[in-house]
Amino acid sequence: MTPVQRTVTKTLVALVAMVMFTIALVPLYDVFCQLTGLNGRAASEPRVFTRGEVDESRYVTVQFITRKGNGLPWRLEALDRQVRVHPGQAYEVNFVFTNYGKSAYRGRAVPSVSPGEASLYLRKVTCFCFQEQRLEAGERLQLPMVFQLARDIPESVHTVTLAYTLYPMTGPLAVIEDGTTGQGGDA
Amino acid sequence: MAPKHPPKARLEHSENVAGGAAADVHEAHHPSGPLRWLLTTNHKEIGTLYLVFSLTMFLIGGVMALVVRLELFQPGLQLVRPEFFNQMTTMHGLIMVFGAVMPGFVGLANWMVPLQIGAPDMALPRLNNFSFWLLPVAFLLLLSTLLMPGGGPNFGWTFYAPLSTTYSPPSTTFFILSLHMAGISSILGAINIIATILNLRAPGMRLMDMTLFVWTWLITAFLLIAVMPVLAGVITMMLLDINFGTSFFNAAGGGDPVLFQHLFWFFGHPEVYIMILPAFGIISVIVPTFARKPLFGYASMVYATASIAILSFLVWAHHMFSVGLPLIAELFFMYTTMLIAVPTGVKVFNWITTLFRGSITFETPMLFALAFIVLFTIGGFSGLMLAIAPADFQYHDTYFVVAHFHYVLVPGAVFSIMAAVYYWLPKWTGHYPDERIGRWHFWLSVIGVNLLFFPMHFAGLAGMPRRIPDYALQFADFNMASSIGGFLFGLSQLLFVWVVIKCIRGGVPAPAKAWDGATDLEWSVPSPAPLHTFETPPDLRRVAS
Repeated sequence: MTPVQRTVTKTLVALVAMVMFTIALVPLYDVFCQLTGLNGRAASEPRVFTRGEVDESRYVTVQFITRKGNGLPWRLEALDRQVRVHPGQAYEVNFVFTNYGKSAYRGRAVPSVSPGEASLYLRKVTCFCFQEQRLEAGERLQLPMVFQLARDIPESVHTVTLAYTLYPMTGPLAVIEDGTTGQGGDA
Repeated sequence: MAPKHPPKARLEHSENVAGGAAADVHEAHHPSGPLRWLLTTNHKEIGTLYLVFSLTMFLIGGVMALVVRLELFQPGLQLVRPEFFNQMTTMHGLIMVFGAVMPGFVGLANWMVPLQIGAPDMALPRLNNFSFWLLPVAFLLLLSTLLMPGGGPNFGWTFYAPLSTTYSPPSTTFFILSLHMAGISSILGAINIIATILNLRAPGMRLMDMTLFVWTWLITAFLLIAVMPVLAGVITMMLLDINFGTSFFNAAGGGDPVLFQHLFWFFGHPEVYIMILPAFGIISVIVPTFARKPLFGYASMVYATASIAILSFLVWAHHMFSVGLPLIAELFFMYTTMLIAVPTGVKVFNWITTLFRGSITFETPMLFALAFIVLFTIGGFSGLMLAIAPADFQYHDTYFVVAHFHYVLVPGAVFSIMAAVYYWLPKWTGHYPDERIGRWHFWLSVIGVNLLFFPMHFAGLAGMPRRIPDYALQFADFNMASSIGGFLFGLSQLLFVWVVIKCIRGGVPAPAKAWDGATDLEWSVPSPAPLHTFETPPDLRRVAS
């Protein structure tokens, strides 16, 4: 190989390495978020409650925010907008889904916790966000969410905000068992 | 290693073109006729093509900026619809970054790197031709999206998902393709520049003998190799999200829009240094020439450039302070960002010390270089203000940010390109550029650019958001001043075009060493530089020791 070819080969190797690195960044980012609770993404699976005494010496305010993504004629309301909780204590709050569209739709609420570090300490055993919902036209559905803030949540956290965003579920991945096509989406 | 030419070269010596010893040898097989510019593999001709392309894009992107400024001349909506306004801001940014500034620097590198290292051509001349011709295709495609149903890109030059995926116009796929082509062009150009600088230096020229322009371009080329694949990855993920139902950036499917911002700025922050490091090199070459002193702190300039390049990979999230980062990340990115001020300060200090007790003359290239030092430093200071995370919550997405990055890019990168053009035009054309028009161009530009961008600081601090076609009444005076400055700056660029055309067609003939204090290797070849130079490399072995 001439020296130029050697240099070009090395730059091409560096180039390919950077392409691989970029592709690897996507799963690495997920792992990083799971470990650190960054972006509040750690709260979408059921987790067992921690046992132990309730820390009655302090309160943490938990707020619930609901948003609706595009293309779904639904409303999601938090019946309890805000609760004051002791770390370690389990609480149940209720949410109401309403489909004001003219046909059945499937949707899913995706949670997000702010500040991100609190998502590591927010434990949910029951949540509508673990699976998708199907609502008939005009149907109204009340669903519970049972959660606990772990006792070791940092002292600096005084308020935890849990935001749910509603997204329509469409596409072949979410075809309903009874064979009806994935009706819905952009209404 | 010399580039390979077909062996039939030595047939005719009929026309001896002015210049160097072996200049006429290769005339016989040089492409001529209508396909000459399409097929050329000569680094000087490709450099010229790049520069002409860059100037064309600069004018097109400038017209788009003037549409924006015209709409913002008064509060209220009068000239364009908001949808079109968004397309104008987006296309202006994309064209200026990828079509004007980057190809401008690549053109200068094509022309000057071989001349400054004593090489006969770039290491990979055919690849060089391909890298250039990708660009007109890419940008024709990008511009054509404006005529497509739904319009062109309208999501800002940073094309944040999901605005650029879920809510984007149908033409976004074409935008992605054009950006892919521009990215491939940049990568190939960077490989070529690295191969040239590392292998084709004249015998005896060590790395630390190279001019700062060559050094900064070497480091810039490494940055390009490192981050262009990240850009390619991001836009490919967008493509998959839009057309193939994946959910990289779609929260509904388990993706994360914030991931887009991390990936984009991991590319984007080194990208802004790609647009400023070659400028540092140009200024480091021009200032010693007109101060008639060697550059102060050569080695520290090289190390400062390398430090800036390395640090550029550790600061990306300072563009995302308000996205909801944990406190520790805010602190980390705040401190690393401020750290960049140290090597940058070293550079400004070195330029000023080079000027100190020099016998300075104020030809047009020097005027632009001096304006660069002052105005780029202002842009650097507003960058420091933005680096302060808690303050950034106030400044984020306001006109303060617009003022900041236009100060570093217009009187920074663009002025440095203009300084370089005025500096090297005698070498390119054999004529001095018209000094009188040049001075008019300089003063109108410098007044225009400050009238255009300085009031934006105040509008931004007072809370005027960017990328909005309308604004509250209290910003009216600032915006009117900005718009007047914008038209002054924009129209004075016609003087620049005039100077360049006039210089190509004639003028005071320039000797080989066109500037009194110039010392670099390119001034040892005749002006205009013949098509082929340094076929026998200059031997610097004795000089170097």
